[in-house]
Amino acid sequence: MSDRDPTHHHLDAKRLLCPMPVIKTQNKIKTLEPGDTLEVISTDPGVKQDIPAWCRINGHSVISVVEEDNEYIIKIEVGSS
Amino acid sequence: MTIQRKAIALLSGGLDSLLAVRVIQEQGILVEAVNFYTGFCVEGHTHAIRKKHKDKNKRNNALWSAEQLGIKLHIEDISEEYKDIVINPKHGYGANLNPCLDCKIFMVSKAQLMLNRARELVDQSGFDFIITGEVVGQRPKSQRKETMPIIARESGSDDLLVRPLCAKNLPPTRPEREGWLDRDKLYGFSGRNRKPQMALAEQFGFEDYAQPAGGCCFLTDENYSKKLSDLWQSRGERKYELDDIMLLKVGRHLRPEPNYKMIVGREEGENNFLTGYRKEFISIKITSHGGPLTLIDGAPTEADLLFAARIAARYSQGHSADTVSVEIRAKNGVCTEHNVIPFPPQDVKAEWHI
Repeated sequence: MSDRDPTHHHLDAKRLLCPMPVIKTQNKIKTLEPGDTLEVISTDPGVKQDIPAWCRINGHSVISVVEEDNEYIIKIEVGSS
Repeated sequence: MTIQRKAIALLSGGLDSLLAVRVIQEQGILVEAVNFYTGFCVEGHTHAIRKKHKDKNKRNNALWSAEQLGIKLHIEDISEEYKDIVINPKHGYGANLNPCLDCKIFMVSKAQLMLNRARELVDQSGFDFIITGEVVGQRPKSQRKETMPIIARESGSDDLLVRPLCAKNLPPTRPEREGWLDRDKLYGFSGRNRKPQMALAEQFGFEDYAQPAGGCCFLTDENYSKKLSDLWQSRGERKYELDDIMLLKVGRHLRPEPNYKMIVGREEGENNFLTGYRKEFISIKITSHGGPLTLIDGAPTEADLLFAARIAARYSQGHSADTVSVEIRAKNGVCTEHNVIPFPPQDVKAEWHI
């Protein structure tokens, strides 16, 4: 873990169908540091299962999954793996 | 000291690749997986779009498999590069527009590149070989005894490509010859009979695994392939964008005249999805009754649009009404209102349906 303060990021994955929101999340997280957080907004309900599954496999933590007006907002904390 | 060997697996999310990984894990090999997104993958999209599927499990089977196996999965978007495989398959198509042999060669070569790339990076432990869930004789285009060496050779993986489920039907690969893998613990499955795989799944304790009929690619589907052929024919060139192939998965497709095609939403979820394309296509909306949203692809005349509006009205709740009100919206958002007589169902010609 680096000494820097965690940074917060957003990813607009609206209108994309799975697995594209997962791919975009994966590629964005590659650019982040452990402890950073990423908020992904998607319109595909499949992300409710897919992004948490991808996070579990790859060592990241899902902080929250919120459904709001047919949008799904998933907040992730980047893990160290 | 024993060297910890590592393999990279092509994980489709189907049963065979799931089993192939587990067979290799049983031999103490560390496995990571890759899944390629071509744009033609069946799972996810149609369920996500169609409202009537809203209660269906929307899981991604490759992710599910990786989780069952306890391995890392990298999903790679290859949809742009993949166009050349679909448009110009060196080894031709299968029964439909499925370029299965070229597809498998391409995917294994991508895995080979990952293997090579990992070896070049000093700080990453590389992969030693590649595994796939292929079974000799299972698929008529790509999984035949004579095509197995073609995939190994043309992908560049040669004898670093291991098919754990049918390895005993093939010459020993380098991981077997070098003793990284015990050939006796690999399998000799062949043919289209799925019972051996199902028995092995039970032995490993896998339940609820995916077994999509015809595989997981829309290009193996006859109706989808017809729509793609029609798209190419109407445009006079074999090209497509990702949005084109998405739209082929949605709605009824009718071509009343060569110069335009209708995409008619079949239910609320599809209508919502098609609404997102109203800046790219002329659209027809039924305003007096419940009904579909229709996109028009091509170069219709004014008369064509009124004709298409009558067909769209046939699929609305006003199909038996004397007239139905419609809104025809241009790409720039300019709308015109019209009253049209719904087309009698028997007059919608079968040959218009793509």
